[in-house]
Parts: sequence; structure tokens; C-alpha cells
Amino acid sequence: MADIAAPGARARSRSWWSGIGQGRHVLGLLFLLPAAVFLLLFLTYPLGLGVWLGFTDTRIGRDGVFVGLENYELLWIDSVFWLAVFNTLLYTTGASILKFGLGLWLALLLNQHLPFKAFFRAVVLLPWVVPTVLSAIAFWWIFDAQFSILSWALIKLGLIDQNINFLGDSTNARASVIAANVWRGIPFVAISLLAGLQTIPPSLHEAATLDGASGWQRFRYITLPMLSPIIAVVMTFSVLFTFTDFQLIYVLTRGGPLNATHLMATLSFQRAIPGGQLGEGAAIAVAMIPFLLAAILFSYFGLQRRKWQQGGGD
Amino acid sequence: MATVDIRGVKKAYGTTRVIHGVDVDIRDGEFVVLVGPSGCGKSTLLRMIAGLENITGGEIRIGDRVVNDVPPKERDIAMVFQNYALYPHMTVGANMGFSLKLRGAPRSEIDARVARAAEILGLSQLLDRYPRQLSGGQRQRVAMGRAIVRDPQVFLFDEPLSNLDAKLRVQMRTEIKELHQRLKTTTVYVTHDQIEAMTMADKIVVMHDGVVEQIGAPLDLYDKPANQFVAGFIGSPAMNFIGGTVEVNGTGQFRCDSGVMMPLEGIAATHHGRRAVYGLRPEHIRIVPDGAPAEVIVVEPTGSEMLVVARLGGPKGQEIACLFRERMTLQPGETIKISPMKGMPHLFDEASGARLDG
Ligand SMILES: Nc1ncnc2c1ncn2[C@@H]1O[C@H](COP(=O)(O)OP(=O)(O)OP(=O)(O)O)[C@@H](O)[C@H]1O
Ligand SMILES: [Mg+2]
Repeated sequence: MADIAAPGARARSRSWWSGIGQGRHVLGLLFLLPAAVFLLLFLTYPLGLGVWLGFTDTRIGRDGVFVGLENYELLWIDSVFWLAVFNTLLYTTGASILKFGLGLWLALLLNQHLPFKAFFRAVVLLPWVVPTVLSAIAFWWIFDAQFSILSWALIKLGLIDQNINFLGDSTNARASVIAANVWRGIPFVAISLLAGLQTIPPSLHEAATLDGASGWQRFRYITLPMLSPIIAVVMTFSVLFTFTDFQLIYVLTRGGPLNATHLMATLSFQRAIPGGQLGEGAAIAVAMIPFLLAAILFSYFGLQRRKWQQGGGD
Repeated sequence: MATVDIRGVKKAYGTTRVIHGVDVDIRDGEFVVLVGPSGCGKSTLLRMIAGLENITGGEIRIGDRVVNDVPPKERDIAMVFQNYALYPHMTVGANMGFSLKLRGAPRSEIDARVARAAEILGLSQLLDRYPRQLSGGQRQRVAMGRAIVRDPQVFLFDEPLSNLDAKLRVQMRTEIKELHQRLKTTTVYVTHDQIEAMTMADKIVVMHDGVVEQIGAPLDLYDKPANQFVAGFIGSPAMNFIGGTVEVNGTGQFRCDSGVMMPLEGIAATHHGRRAVYGLRPEHIRIVPDGAPAEVIVVEPTGSEMLVVARLGGPKGQEIACLFRERMTLQPGETIKISPMKGMPHLFDEASGARLDG
């Protein structure tokens, strides 16, 4: 009896399942749901709270009231804020360009047939695995006004005759924090690009060689275009990381001297927590969002998904 | 166009020696096929001609220039790779014109030459597509187009058809051959498919384990294989080999290890009693009333011919393949009487595999 009943039941349950299976969107949504709820709770809530705070005059220990755009109006005429915007852009642009150039160079180097290749690849990763705070402290020491090893070495070499004031002078301080950020960010760029380089089939280079391409021409016409999708992704991430950088600056300069290295992130924190002006800090942080969105949109529409790529739109 | 001379060429990767002194003369405009089983060093030799691998020993000349130390881009050689190696980020037109662009040719000249090559290969409609939008056969043609646009001294092909299905392979085989007849460019073509080699080559170079076993025109290789390896490699279905002893008592005969006697003409009396291998192509076997008995095991009719596998000398004998042109009704288990066609058996030394008769 059971044997006779079973096929019907099985057929019914199969059709129920295949119904779900065929309605791939339904099934997809089902699978998506937990992640969506999770994201909503843990991402949107703090984000929403931050945005909300930006519209209030909340201070630490005192609930604020809605003040509309007042925080933003104040920021608009705040020269320190605009200096921080300028610094952030300078920091991001300078560091990203350097990271890209040096990272690509390193990746190309590591892609060659070097002796001890594995060893060098591991070494390159070092700056990245060291905790940021630790490397920041190391840099703080390297840039120290009295005991800087850099100054010492340069003096010994006879190139300069007194210590460099790395973090005390505006221009030097900016250059120094950018250098530290580049040092820290290069491994990510270099290793990602190296992975990208290794996806380029060697036969393409061989074909180009036979077609008469010099080393530079192979780089220009084969390596670079084939790498461009990965460059786009890597540099987007790199720009986002750099733009929102906080730890390095906070340990090295705390935004000084004379706010010359204050980034939007550090300024936001300083106003909000030590300064107690939660609302204003939040407003500064919110002001970063348009920049980040612009970077993402630029990369998404401008750089990714080439026509020639598998799966790219025709 | 140019000659290619390969003199005592050796190749070693570190201590692994993969090519042990190869000599090949390739005449101007010749179509030479390098053929051999997988891993015998065909690609390596081809890549040494191209300059993609350096030459461990010996000498390669293109025209009258020794190219051992000439970088690939100055050898004026075009190569079609097994995976085609099309530039995925360039259109078909750009792929084909790339070498001219690198040379700094004017735009109009590039366009004209690409258009002409595309016309020859039937690619004119596809010039704006990207490689990923092409079928396997079209990609193959673009790879050839990239080679012919340059009008190089020598074409090199490394198993260009092995990624195509059987039908397309036959079609492309003809196309490549036609192309060669039209352009008359010296061509070195690598394949492990002996039918490809037989049908396309002016001259075949059979390689095995890094040495050349025999060089010759396709039919010479078929008619007079220099050794057992070439005999077994060239021809399809493969030649049957039967171990046994030569007996010369007035007329020559071959006593197979199973005791069956097979005829052997024109064999010198000095070979009497010698251990040897008797080679007989399936297509050179016919059924005669007084032939050696063989028990049919499998019958495979293809329409135009019949492949019959039988055991020579009865149920315990050695399996041999026979190919008959005429249709017959044969059943497994049936006994047929077979005999080689006159003058067709080959004889090889048992130890060295070298050809004995002739
Ligand atoms: N880079 C290398 N290092 C060491 N040995 C190699 C290297 N490249 C090839 N070989 C060896 O050289 C031999 C010849 O290789 P090759 O690629 O020329 O074979 P092939 O005749 O083209 O075979 P196939 O028909 O499979 O393409 C092989 O035994 C291979 O293992
Ligand atoms: Mg090969």
C-alpha cells in the first residue's frame, strides 16, 4: 500500500520542490534573506544612526535635538574642515598613485624568474600582516625628530648635516604620512596585481614576441590591457582604504602639525569623541560618503567589465 | 621564404635531455610535418626554430643566417599556437594587424593587408568581433590570419587542429594545404596525428624520444619504413607485428612463434635462422584458398571497407588486424585463410627494430 501511495506523494513533493527550484528568484530570495537581514541590522543601523546624528546637536552625555542642516552649514564655513578635505584628497591621490606605480613595478619584478621567488613574495607581504598600529609606531620612531634612523643614515652618508624634522613641518609631515601609507598599502596592490599577471597566458607574450613586440611594447599592449580589470578593482579598494585611513595618522601625527595632516576621518573622530561634538563629527563622516560613492561609481562604470571579457556585455 | 637547416640540434632542461641531436633540411617553400608520439620533443624543436627556447647544442639556420643567438622578433617567423594565443582584448582585425602596427606600418597599409588576409580566410565579416565571440574554427582561422598578414619567411604550426572536432579538422587540413599552395611559404607543422602528417606533408619527420627516426616523403615512409617504430606509427590501422624466425630454403619463409608459416620474398639466404619481426599492414592482407588459417574475432564494417580482427593460426594465435575492400559475410568464430599481398611484408630486426629487407 505504502508502495503504491509513495509515488504520488513523491511526485507531489517533487513538483513542489521543482516549483521552487524553477522559480529561481524565489529560491534565491530565500537564500538571500538571512544575509539581507543581517546586513540590514549590522550595517544599516550604525550607518543610519550616524546619518541621523549628523542632523542633531548631540554631545557626549546629552541627547541632541534635530537641527536640520546646521552642522553642515557650520562645516561649509569651517576652514579646518576644508583643509581636512584637501588633505584627504592629497593623501588619497598621492598615496594611491605611488602604491599603484610601485605595486605594479614590484608585481612585474616578482613575476620574473627570480631566485628565491617564494621567499621574496613572502617578504613583500610583511608590511601588510604587521598590525597597522605596530607599523605606525615603527614609523613614528623612524620619523622621530631626535632619533630618526633616516636622518642618522643620511647624515652618516654626508647628504644632510642636521636631523630632518619629519613630522614637525607641514610639507614633511604630509610626505611622511603618505610614505608610511604607501609602505603599508603596497603589498595588497603588488600581490593582487601579481595574481592578475599570472592569469595572463604565457603564449600571449610568446605570440607578441614573434609578432615583433619589444619588452615595453608587450607591457603596453598585452600586460597592461589584460591587467586593467584587476587594476580597476584593486585600485578602487586601495582608494577606499586610503580615503578612510585613520590609524596611521592618529598614531603618527594626530592630524598635526597645524592640522596639516588632518584627514576627514581623523577630524571627525577628534570632533566627536575627544571634542564631544558627536553631531558635528558625524556630519564630517557623512560628508565622506559622496566622495566614496563617486570613487565606486567611477570604477564600476568606467573601469570594470571590458567588452572583450568573458561575460561582459556586447 | 627561406630554407631552414637544423644541424645536430640538442636541447636539455637542466640535466633532463629532451632532444639528442636532430638534423633536418627544409627546402624553400616546403611543407614539413614533424610527427611523433606525445612528449617526443616536437614542440620543443619548433619553439627552438621560433626562438622561444634557446638551443643547447647544434645550429639552426634560416636562409643562410645562423639564428641560434638571433632574438625571435628578428627571425621573421610566424607561429600558430595550439591554443591560438589570440589577444583577447583586441578585435579580430587588431589581432591580425598587430605585428604591422608594431612595425609602424601606416594605417592604410595595415587595413589593406588585414582585409586581404581576411578575404583569403573568409573572415571579412568578423573583423570587428572579439576572440571570445568566435567559434573554435574561426579562432583557428584568425590565428592563421595573424600569421599570413605578416608574410614571414617561415610558418610554424604547433598542433593547430587538435582543439577542433573531427569534421572541422578535415576541413581545416585542406584549407591549410590550399593556403600553402597559394602562398608557398616554408612551413613546419607539428602534429601527433599521422593522418594529418600523411595528407599534408611534402616531407615527414618522424620523431621519437628526442631523435629523428626517419625523414621522407609520406609514401616513402609508408612503403619503406626505416624501422619498426616508423612502421607502427605511420599507417592506420597500424601495422601488425609478428615475432618469429626467418627460414630460407630456396624460397624465403617466416616461421611465426605460433608455428604458422608466412611467405617472404626476396630475402637473402644469410638471414636464415635469424630472429625477426614480420610486419604486415592490415590493408595488405587478402583471403586466398591456400592461406594461413585465422579465426575471426571481431568484424567492423565501415561501409567502404571491413576491418577484421582475427587470431592467426587458431584460437590461441596472435591477434592481427585485416582490412578488406570487398564485402563479405563473416561471423566471429569462422576461420578465414589469409595471405599477404605479394611483396608487401616488412621485416625488422628483433633487437634493434631496424629494417632488414631491401
Ligand atoms: N620546461 C621544461 N622542463 C623540463 N622538461 C620539459 C620542459 N618542457 C618540456 N619538457 C620535456 O620535454 C619533452 C618534449 O616536450 P614537447 O613539449 O616538445 O613534446 P611534444 O612532442 O610537443 O608532445 P605533445 O605531442 O604532447 O605536445 C617532454 O618529455 C617534456 O616532459
Ligand atoms: Mg607539443
